[in-house]
Amino acid sequence: MATQTEATSRRDIPESMRVGLFIPCYIDMTYPEVGVATLQLLERFGLNVGYPLTQTCCGQPMSNSGDEHNAEAAEQLFVDNFKDFDCIVGPAGSCVKQVRCHFDRMKQTDEVKHVRRHTYELVEFLHDILKVDAFPWAEFQHAVAIHNSCSSVRGLGIAKPSEIVGVPFDKTASLLSKVKGLVLVPVDRPDDCCGFGGTFCVTDEAVSARMGLEKAHDQVRHGAEYVVSPDMSCLMHQQGVARRAGLDLKYVHVAQVLNGGPF
Amino acid sequence: MSIVKQVNPVAAAELFIIQDHVHEPMHDRFLWGTMQRRNQQAAAIPEWEELRELASKIKEHTLTHLDLYLEEFERNATKRGAHIHWALDASEHNQIVYSILYDHGVKELIKSKSMLQEECQMTPFLEKRGIKVVESDLGERIQQLDGQPPSHIVFPAIHKTRQDVAKLFARTIGTDPNNDDPHFLTEVVRNNARPRFLAAGAGMTGGNFAIAETGTFMVCTNEGNADIGASVPPLHIASIGIEKMIPRVEDMGVFLRLLARSAEGAPLTQYSSHFSGPRKNGELHIVLVDNGRSRRLGMPDFWHSLKCIRCGACMNTCPVYRRSGGLSYGATYSGPIGVILDPTFDEFKYSELPFHSTLCGSCSEVCPVKIDISDQILKWRRVMAEKGYLPLVKKLSFSVAGHVFGHPEEYQTLQKAAGPAMDHAPHFLLYNNSLNPWTRDRELPRVAKQTFREWYLANRSEHGNVQN
Repeated sequence: MATQTEATSRRDIPESMRVGLFIPCYIDMTYPEVGVATLQLLERFGLNVGYPLTQTCCGQPMSNSGDEHNAEAAEQLFVDNFKDFDCIVGPAGSCVKQVRCHFDRMKQTDEVKHVRRHTYELVEFLHDILKVDAFPWAEFQHAVAIHNSCSSVRGLGIAKPSEIVGVPFDKTASLLSKVKGLVLVPVDRPDDCCGFGGTFCVTDEAVSARMGLEKAHDQVRHGAEYVVSPDMSCLMHQQGVARRAGLDLKYVHVAQVLNGGPF
Repeated sequence: MSIVKQVNPVAAAELFIIQDHVHEPMHDRFLWGTMQRRNQQAAAIPEWEELRELASKIKEHTLTHLDLYLEEFERNATKRGAHIHWALDASEHNQIVYSILYDHGVKELIKSKSMLQEECQMTPFLEKRGIKVVESDLGERIQQLDGQPPSHIVFPAIHKTRQDVAKLFARTIGTDPNNDDPHFLTEVVRNNARPRFLAAGAGMTGGNFAIAETGTFMVCTNEGNADIGASVPPLHIASIGIEKMIPRVEDMGVFLRLLARSAEGAPLTQYSSHFSGPRKNGELHIVLVDNGRSRRLGMPDFWHSLKCIRCGACMNTCPVYRRSGGLSYGATYSGPIGVILDPTFDEFKYSELPFHSTLCGSCSEVCPVKIDISDQILKWRRVMAEKGYLPLVKKLSFSVAGHVFGHPEEYQTLQKAAGPAMDHAPHFLLYNNSLNPWTRDRELPRVAKQTFREWYLANRSEHGNVQN
C-alpha cells in the first residue's frame, strides 16, 4: 500500500478527517499522472483519501461562458459526489475557483455551502491546512519557472498579485523551495495571463497564442528548463505553443515535483 | 431602419496582431511599461490599498445619493454664474451644445479630450451643421486627422508608431513623411493647432470631477490644452456625465493621488485645473449628461461601473487589450471597462465583448476605485447566454456537455469512445469538431492510454477506498 506516514509537517489534522480527491475531467483524460501524483502525495501525509468514481466535470466550461443553465447538472453532481467529505482537494486552481466562487447560482443548501467552503486547491491545502514544512522524498535538479494561474493568484490568493500593494508571498514558491536541488528562476511577467482562459483559447485563438508565446519566451530567456504550475490547463496551452515554436521547455504539475513523480 | 451588426473583436484583434511584427509588440510593451511605472508609484504610497477603498466608498456614497449631489452642484455652480443644462441622452446633449454655439454665432470650436463627447458622437453632429471642430489633445488630434476614434481613453493614438504619425502628418499637414522625430512631430501639431485656439469662437472640455459643495469642476490634462481652450475663446462649454459628482473639495485629495498614478504611473497630471464659474467677460455652460447612466444605476450587477474615473489602468494591465489594440473593440470604450460599459448601450451589438477576455482578474485588482470589473464581465456573459447571444457552436456543444457532465455513465462511455478514436484531448474537451483554432499555433496534447479513473480502479480499489 502506498499510504505511509513518512511526511514531516506541523499539521494538526484529526485522524478521522476524510479527504475527497477531485480530479478534473481534463486531468483524468490527458494528465492522469498528475492525478496519481496528487493522490500519492496526500497519502504520504497519512490522510484518508477517497475518490468518488462518478465525478465528471465541475461545470466550468459552461459556467465560464455564462451558460449557467447547462452547468447546473455538473455542479449538482459535484456537490452530491463530495458532500460527505470533510474537505475536498483538487490539483487545479481554476476548477477549485469554479467550485468556491462560482457555485453561486444554485440553491445555497447546507451541502452546497459545505462543499464550497471546504474545497481546496492542492498548493493551498498543503501550505495552509497541512502546513507542510518538508518534502524529504522529493528531488528535482532543474531550473524551474513557476506559472501560478490567474485563478490561483487572483481567485484563490496563493500568491500576491503584482497589482496589489503589500508584502509579496507565493505559496507555490514556498513549497517548491523545500525540494532538494530545485532552483527557482524569476521571470519578467510572473502573473501576466498566459492566454489559456478556457474556451477563450480556441474562440480567441490569435490573441491567446500570442500571449502564450510571450510567456514561453519569458521563461526561456530566464534559463528555465521546466515550467511548474498548480494548473495543468494553462500548461496544456503553453506546452502546445512552445512545442510549435520549437522552444525547449518542459511542463509539469507542482504535484509531480512535490511527490517526486510520476512524470 | 438600420440593421445593427455585432462587433467582432476577435477578427479585428487578429488583424492587429498579424499586420506586421511592429505594432502589436510595441503596443504591448508600452502599456506593460506603463503598468510597471504604475506599480512602482502605487508601492511608494504605503496607504495605497486604503486609498482605493476610500475612493470606492466615496463613489458608492455619492452614487447612492446622486440626486442630492447633482442638485447641490447645480445650485452652487449657478451661484458662481455658470449656466447648467440637463441632457437626458446623447441627442439632447448634442442639441444643447449646438444651440449654445448657434446662439453665439460660433463657426469654429476647439475642444479638449472628452470620452463623453465621443460617446455622444458630438463632433460629426456639429460638423454636419457647419461647425468646424478641432481636437487640441495631441493624441486626439492625431486620431481626428486619421478619421479614427480614440483607441485608448488616456492614450488615444497609442496603437500608432511614430512612423505612422509621420506619414499621417505628411498626408494631412504636408510635412516630410520620413521625419519621425517626436520633437518635430509635436512641434508640427503645435503650430498647426495654435492658430485654431485663436480662431475658435468656443472652447469645449469634459470634466474629470464635479464637486457638489463648491459647484466647481476639475479637468486633468498633461498638455494644458484644456486650459487654453477654456481661457482663450469667450465661451466655455463643459460636458460632464452625472456620475462624475464628488461631494467635497477635500475628497479630491483621495482621487488626485490615485488618478495619474493609475493612469500613467506619474504622481500627478501636469495640469489639474479647477473651473469655478465663468471668467471675466466670458460665459460658462455645463451640460450634465445622463445618456443611460441612471438606468445603469438601477442595474444591481452593473451599477458599480459608474464609479469609473477613466484612468485606463484596466486597459494597460489587460493582456487581451494589449494584444488587441483598442480599435478592435469597435466601441467608444475599449478594454475591460469598455467590455462592461458598452453592452449597457446596446446588448446585441456588443454581445461578443464580454467573451474577449480571459477573466484573469487583473483589471479588478488594479482599478483605483475597486470596480469588480472581472466579475461583471462574467455576469455580462450570463446576460448574453440568457438572451441567446452565445455563438451557435457554444450553444450546441454546451447543451451536449451539460447533459453528459450531469450523467457519469454517459461521461465514461464518451471517454472510452473519444480516447482511442481521436487520440487528442481538446477535441473532446472543447466539444467542438473544429480542431483548427487549437492547432493553428499550438501542438495538441496526447490523450493518455489510461485515464486516472482507470488507474485508480486498477491500483486502489482493493484498499476499499472506492466511493460510489
